[in-house]
Amino acid sequence: MSELTLLLIRLAFLAVLWFFVIAAVGVIRTDLFGSRTAAVVPARKVPKPVKPAAKSKKGEPRQMVVTGGPLQGTTITLSETPITIGRANDSTLVVSDDYASSRHARLFPQDGQWIVEDLGSTNGTYLDRSKVTRPTPVPLGVPIRIGKTVIELRK
Amino acid sequence: MSTPSAEPVPLPAKRRLAQLAMLAFAVAIVMLAYANVGLALDNQVPAGMLTYGLGLGGLMLAAYLVLAKFAPWADPLILPLVTLINGLGLVIIYRLEAAGMDGASATNQLLWTAVGVVMFSVTLIVLRDHRALQRLTYTAGAVGLALLISPLLPFIGQEINGARIWIGIGGFTLQPAEFTKLALVVFFAGYLVAKRDVLALAGRRLLFIDLPRARDLGPVLITWGLSLGVLILQKDLGSSLLIFGTFIAMLYIATQRTSWVLIGILLFVGGAVLAGLIFDHVAARFEVFLDPENPALYDREFGGSFQLMQGLFGMGQGGVLGTGLGQGHPNLIPLSFSDFIFTAAGEELGLTGLMALLMVYALLVERGLRTSIAAREPFSKLLAGGLSFILAWQVFIIVGGVTNLIPLTGLVTPFMSQGGSALLANWILIALLVRMSDTARKPPPQAIQDEGMTQVFQR
Repeated sequence: MSELTLLLIRLAFLAVLWFFVIAAVGVIRTDLFGSRTAAVVPARKVPKPVKPAAKSKKGEPRQMVVTGGPLQGTTITLSETPITIGRANDSTLVVSDDYASSRHARLFPQDGQWIVEDLGSTNGTYLDRSKVTRPTPVPLGVPIRIGKTVIELRK
Repeated sequence: MSTPSAEPVPLPAKRRLAQLAMLAFAVAIVMLAYANVGLALDNQVPAGMLTYGLGLGGLMLAAYLVLAKFAPWADPLILPLVTLINGLGLVIIYRLEAAGMDGASATNQLLWTAVGVVMFSVTLIVLRDHRALQRLTYTAGAVGLALLISPLLPFIGQEINGARIWIGIGGFTLQPAEFTKLALVVFFAGYLVAKRDVLALAGRRLLFIDLPRARDLGPVLITWGLSLGVLILQKDLGSSLLIFGTFIAMLYIATQRTSWVLIGILLFVGGAVLAGLIFDHVAARFEVFLDPENPALYDREFGGSFQLMQGLFGMGQGGVLGTGLGQGHPNLIPLSFSDFIFTAAGEELGLTGLMALLMVYALLVERGLRTSIAAREPFSKLLAGGLSFILAWQVFIIVGGVTNLIPLTGLVTPFMSQGGSALLANWILIALLVRMSDTARKPPPQAIQDEGMTQVFQR
């Protein structure tokens, strides 16, 4: 085997090794921001539904972010399902917090809005500064306080 | 919202296809590496390329199928990254064996990889919900301790190469410390979830740091004593540093207090200096670390710098682009198939290749920490964080050791070094991470019906 061929193979191998690293980073990237092709397809489909539906979609929150407390940084993608929060193991967001009840609060979508409802907790659920006494709509970016945990809805 | 079929928010994708593609890519790179070794050594594509390459490919396909069936939402990158590291380790061991190095055996390593993949599958199939481990907190602690002291027991314990870290059962030997670390991480995670509120309480304030209360120092001191015990009785510097460092890191994740990290570093440095003053083998490591080029140390028969310097020479020979696979002389470095495999890779792949390898490790750790962030309850957060940290910490200790950044301690390079115990333990570690990332990435339970007062949930 000639020196030149071996040199070429050597360089090619290193290049392939780095290409693997870059491909892996690419997979992470699409995980974070969604793939480009997937973004194009819904864009074509959007004009089809009736206008009001598309309008309400704009202001609709897409994820719930924990902004304070021990679980800080956790995000939950919102779908059509209600989200339960509490110390019980079957809650969507399990908080381990002496100030939270086992079934503390529930978030559910209604007519394009997310509603927060206190499930009879001991220490209460707070939307911004006021205590939640009945199901209340949650605007984007307003903090909900449950024990030591603070959550927020974001786009 | 009366049309449940229209999904306004797309669910996170499973990315199975991306995983399969990356897996095939990793196996292809390993095959290419085998071909390269053969072409350089004896001008032909080696017979080993098909056996080892296809063997690895088959094993990983099996692991992929198990993962797709039992953990479909798991992170798509973890398995391909591990495959590449494990495969490159195999190639280097194969290459050293071909150069006639005693002790290097690629066939053995491939067999252990197979056993590792089996353990990976078994863990995924048996452990459907990792929260079951939380109930085993103290059992895991006891098992970890028992494994840790097992090499010291009279009949099964064995001393090899000056460190008493082996147990012999029947014909073959096992390094229980590798499994200890898994058991202890589970124990630390369960224990810290229960106790972290107490540990986070602030006591006196000194300068900018909130010191914890004195009575809460207990667990830290106990772990410190434990790791010093390992250091003294088993002469195993690496495991001692590994256990204590992991505990401090997990304590930091749990309480978010810098003071614990500072206390931990002080305790460890204090303990290490003390051990260096009292014990010869620790002092010898320090001497070598401070002045490896000293001819007296280089020629010293026990605990000299010969091994370290050979590794450094090897990496120097490699330079930026390396000598090319099969074209260097990594067989001159003692133990280059186990502890010093990183320098063997450095000689043949150069700085460029080493950086790529370290990037692959970094990405693996990043996926683990990402799992920790995405997890929804504290136990998973701590367990995933602890397992990722222990992986990163291991790579740091051994790579730092062979490059003389820190004193050299004998520790395996995860997935690369030849050795069954380490491979098994690390494959189980990866299975736990995959299980947790599956739980973390799975979308919340979906309602089956959309109307009515009663809703039925699928879990």
